[in-house]
Amino acid sequence: MSDKVLMKGNEAIAEAAIIAGCRHYFGYPITPQTEIAAYMAKRMPKIGGTFLQAESEIAAINMVYGVASTGKRVMTSSSSPGISLKGEGLSYLAGADLPSLVINVQRGGPGLGGIQPSQSDYFQATKGAAHGDFRMIVLAPSSVQEMADMTVKGFELADKYRMTAMVLADGTMGQMMEPVSLDYKIGEPIEKPWATTGTKMERPHNIVNSLFLEPDELEKSNFARYDRYKTIEENECMYEEYMMDDAEICVTAFGIAARVSKNAINEARKQGIKVGLIRPITLWPFPKAPYIKATEKVKEIISVELSMGQMIEDVRLASECKVPVSLCNRVGGMIPSPEQVLDAIKNAAKGGNK
Amino acid sequence: MSTSQMLIAGFGGQGILFAGKFLAYKGLVEEKEVSWLPSYGPEMRGGTASCSVIISDEPVGSPIVSTPDVLVAMNLPSLDKYEATVAPGGKIFVDSTLIERKVNRTDVEVYYIPATKLASDNNMPTLANMIIAGKILSVTDGFSEDSVNAALKKVISAKRADMLETNLKAMQIGAEN
Repeated sequence: MSDKVLMKGNEAIAEAAIIAGCRHYFGYPITPQTEIAAYMAKRMPKIGGTFLQAESEIAAINMVYGVASTGKRVMTSSSSPGISLKGEGLSYLAGADLPSLVINVQRGGPGLGGIQPSQSDYFQATKGAAHGDFRMIVLAPSSVQEMADMTVKGFELADKYRMTAMVLADGTMGQMMEPVSLDYKIGEPIEKPWATTGTKMERPHNIVNSLFLEPDELEKSNFARYDRYKTIEENECMYEEYMMDDAEICVTAFGIAARVSKNAINEARKQGIKVGLIRPITLWPFPKAPYIKATEKVKEIISVELSMGQMIEDVRLASECKVPVSLCNRVGGMIPSPEQVLDAIKNAAKGGNK
Repeated sequence: MSTSQMLIAGFGGQGILFAGKFLAYKGLVEEKEVSWLPSYGPEMRGGTASCSVIISDEPVGSPIVSTPDVLVAMNLPSLDKYEATVAPGGKIFVDSTLIERKVNRTDVEVYYIPATKLASDNNMPTLANMIIAGKILSVTDGFSEDSVNAALKKVISAKRADMLETNLKAMQIGAEN
């Protein structure tokens, strides 16, 4: 315990990124993630890295594209409206098969919305960040420790699969402080023979590009990318199960919603209700296995979200609609209270939420 | 097991977040599970700033304190806003220099500390927050100089080490009042 320090989630992300070997950060300030940029501004110059406040989010993501082309670990961070602006760049990164890490500390929307926490960018992160067929690996931390862990993991997965990994956090995760230990063993960076680092007149040019005017070539690149996605779906799903062994009701939530849900579950258990939690840690790939297993014994799944019901669609798909799936939510920067979740659990125990 | 849910509230600039950070670190050096969550946003500039601190023997679930068992009110808007949320049997610490009214609740323990006056009388005008922190510790789990010192060392940077002594003194003043 003595090696633990209190850090804000945003700071933990920044320090973990530096430990993971990231020496290039580009960003544009936006609440509630500005501490990431502030931390990078302070640290990067001292360790020979680059901190650059770009003129806009769009500029920042394209700077990420540039550094990623050279094979160096690079990241940007923003919050919901800023991530929307980065959409085009995310699609180009995917089309060029470049690894990068993007942090989204979500706030309420749509539009400029508010600055309080939200999870309403789930669709954007897992399904539709921008045009074209592509995915991002989406990691959803639910503690400050996981903010750091998922940052390191994100860089590793991004490199391994040559794609963007996104840490999908929210305002509370970014702003809260908890004890965190940053004791990581960082492996040697993997070889990136595709990187544009200069040929030294010894090899053919590497070309980083997302433009394929021949349809059959473009199709081939899409097929190859989706073969890789299949491998990821088979190997990289992460989730936590909490008190699911004898559960008759299943709550499912990620991030801050999972923390609130645990309070409610502990209270419901005291009242004799057998309820457990499935917490997806990867939102893409979405961990389907625990849900189909749960349908064998639970009578209802309650999806607790800070959105109008986005993850619930994946929960229904994963559970193949074998049991009813209900929504327990708050939006706009509001957070469900443990009491609200407990009420939903009690309703489920009594015969079902409508 | 025990869990302490604290809500510390006042104006921006009163050291609300710092006092919360100190209490969280004190929990950490005593090997407790802790969380610290600030309010962030427009209310920090002028209105009520607050932070939620949870110190527990068990892993902390939600970091949001909605029913505090310890409330610190360092200005009237904070007392008005949060008095009703305190758990029955909880404790309310009031800076009685800045808040003239009494607490209405009768099912809670109330401590009136003229913290802002004590701070200026003792030539430490910015440490009303730590005077109250000292009072909290003396009332809740005893004032142990060792763990207070260890926690202060974590929250006060090496460059400001001269402030250690003053903070400790502020807390002793709070503990004795």
